[in-house]
Amino acid sequence: MSELAERTRSGPGRLLIAVYAIFALAATARSVVQLATHFSRAPLAYLLSALAGVVYIVATVCLARGNRTSRRIATVSILVELVGVLAVGTVSLAVPHLFPDATVWSDYGQGYGYVPAVLPLLGLWWLRATR
Amino acid sequence: MIEILATVLTYVALAAAVWAAVLVVVNKPIQLREWHGLWLYGLVALLEVGLLGQLVVGIVKMATDDRQVAGLEFLGYLLTSLVILPLAGVWALAERTRWGPVVMVVGCLTIPVLIIRLEQVWNAHV
Repeated sequence: MSELAERTRSGPGRLLIAVYAIFALAATARSVVQLATHFSRAPLAYLLSALAGVVYIVATVCLARGNRTSRRIATVSILVELVGVLAVGTVSLAVPHLFPDATVWSDYGQGYGYVPAVLPLLGLWWLRATR
Repeated sequence: MIEILATVLTYVALAAAVWAAVLVVVNKPIQLREWHGLWLYGLVALLEVGLLGQLVVGIVKMATDDRQVAGLEFLGYLLTSLVILPLAGVWALAERTRWGPVVMVVGCLTIPVLIIRLEQVWNAHV
């Protein structure tokens, strides 16, 4: 059991979790500031920012814990993340007026070097590779 | 913002990232018993002290300068920049392979990005 956890957070997993943690911090900090200072400017975008922050926190913690249950929760949260970045990315390009201010997932994470679009794929691959 | 401090911090962060990248290339995990690990963490500790200085200067300038700065956002970036390196340091140290210094490369490269964002927020409303 703890061997599985060790495998999940070692090697490439060590980097993966670090990048997840950075995004957890970035998305959460950003959404706290946005919600606190000008929520009414773009409520949908800011609520999605907050959701992204929560998803990244859950994924980070569960990947770092790495036992059977938390790996399952991590898988679900990473799937939510994948759907989120694809949906928000598409909508933000198709109907830009819905997103007057950027979120982590706008334009498929362009503002963050498209890392938000690649990260869920890497996460799912890593969970598969360490099964 | 003090431009000189921001520039120096950027270069120190890049130097630490390069040093960590060297450790990746020569396949060394981070070991504080070895000079190469100790020097890396010494440099990162120095960087952290500098970032702490930037926080203090940033808050003082925000309070005294009469320009319109998005205060909470500015403070958010100042605080975030303080959290990254200690977390990356602990996380990288627990790894017994070359992926430890990879984490330090990423952690150190995050700092210049945050400094650029800080300057953008500071210069947004002149």
